[in-house]
Amino acid sequence: MLRLDCLRSVCSELEHCLVVTIMGAVAAELHSLGHRQNYFYLQHAMGLASSTGLGLALCLPEQTVIVFDGDGSLLMNLGTLSTMARYRPRNLVHVVFDNESLLSVGGFPTATSTGTDLEGIARAAGIPRAVTVRSVEDFRTAICDAVHGSELTTIVAKVEATGPSGYITDLSLLENRFQFRRHIQSLKKA
Amino acid sequence: MPVPLTNSKLIYETLKECDIRLVSALPETWLVHLIRMTDEDPEMTLVRLAKEEEAVGISAGAHFAGVKSAMLMQNHGFLASINGIVSFAHLYKIPLLMLISYRGTFGERDPWQTQGGNVTEPLLRALSIPYFFLDQVETVKKRIRQAQTLAESSLQPVAVLLTRDLMWEE
Repeated sequence: MLRLDCLRSVCSELEHCLVVTIMGAVAAELHSLGHRQNYFYLQHAMGLASSTGLGLALCLPEQTVIVFDGDGSLLMNLGTLSTMARYRPRNLVHVVFDNESLLSVGGFPTATSTGTDLEGIARAAGIPRAVTVRSVEDFRTAICDAVHGSELTTIVAKVEATGPSGYITDLSLLENRFQFRRHIQSLKKA
Repeated sequence: MPVPLTNSKLIYETLKECDIRLVSALPETWLVHLIRMTDEDPEMTLVRLAKEEEAVGISAGAHFAGVKSAMLMQNHGFLASINGIVSFAHLYKIPLLMLISYRGTFGERDPWQTQGGNVTEPLLRALSIPYFFLDQVETVKKRIRQAQTLAESSLQPVAVLLTRDLMWEE
């Protein structure tokens, strides 16, 4: 299963959500499918995309927030699972693309390649719903269920350790950040 | 408990007056009243953290949402947050109001706090984070307001160091 195919399969669902991604391949691939003002790419600070999503979800209960996390990032901040589970916002969907690799820095294997089970960790941390998917069809179904459901969900998507040839896009970090905040403020006025 | 309630109340009231509506925190002896007051206030969202660096992401999310937030942490929590401060708050110009209990300075009895006390200010300076001390009841309100004003206008982290003089009674 390719991450790009997963992202492509849910593009229409993302239109009305607030989306936060981690750096590297996830950001570059989502951007390549067509940037929208409701996407924020956290191009560093590994581990904090989920915390950002939690802050957004707690402050904006009427909006659906989707975080595209990765195994390397989540392993750097496993405590985020216990914090998310503690407040379990119903409007937060936590997706983990697990390619068992730190792809963007040379493909070094992460602990999920030797058996660490992120779905199991999420569930044991208290995340109400945690699933693992291995096909694009199951991925799309899991995202739709979580977006339209009413439980904090962690979706672990097992994907191949491949990505784009480069990670830099033509969207500057600050432009993205100001655009994202302005978009959210326009939603509040509407 | 030798943490004076009235001073914590004064700090808390000022945070409310500054329109802070989300506070993320990790427990610390000096912060006990502040965390309890936040928890008991229906107008406030308290996020209890596993590790302080999470607060950088949570405050960034709150900022994007248009909600003003504050971080309550010990100076060792500040040390644990530095990558998030640099690679998120500085990189993306995110305002952070950090209230940091300044342990390990003159008068500290706990040996385990003393190294953190030595490096807190040098690190704040190395990171170009504006900071000042909260050490007198008379200036608490003004200085917290000023810190928040600067964080919001400069879009950067600002630190308020909560000192022993204000937070502890021997």
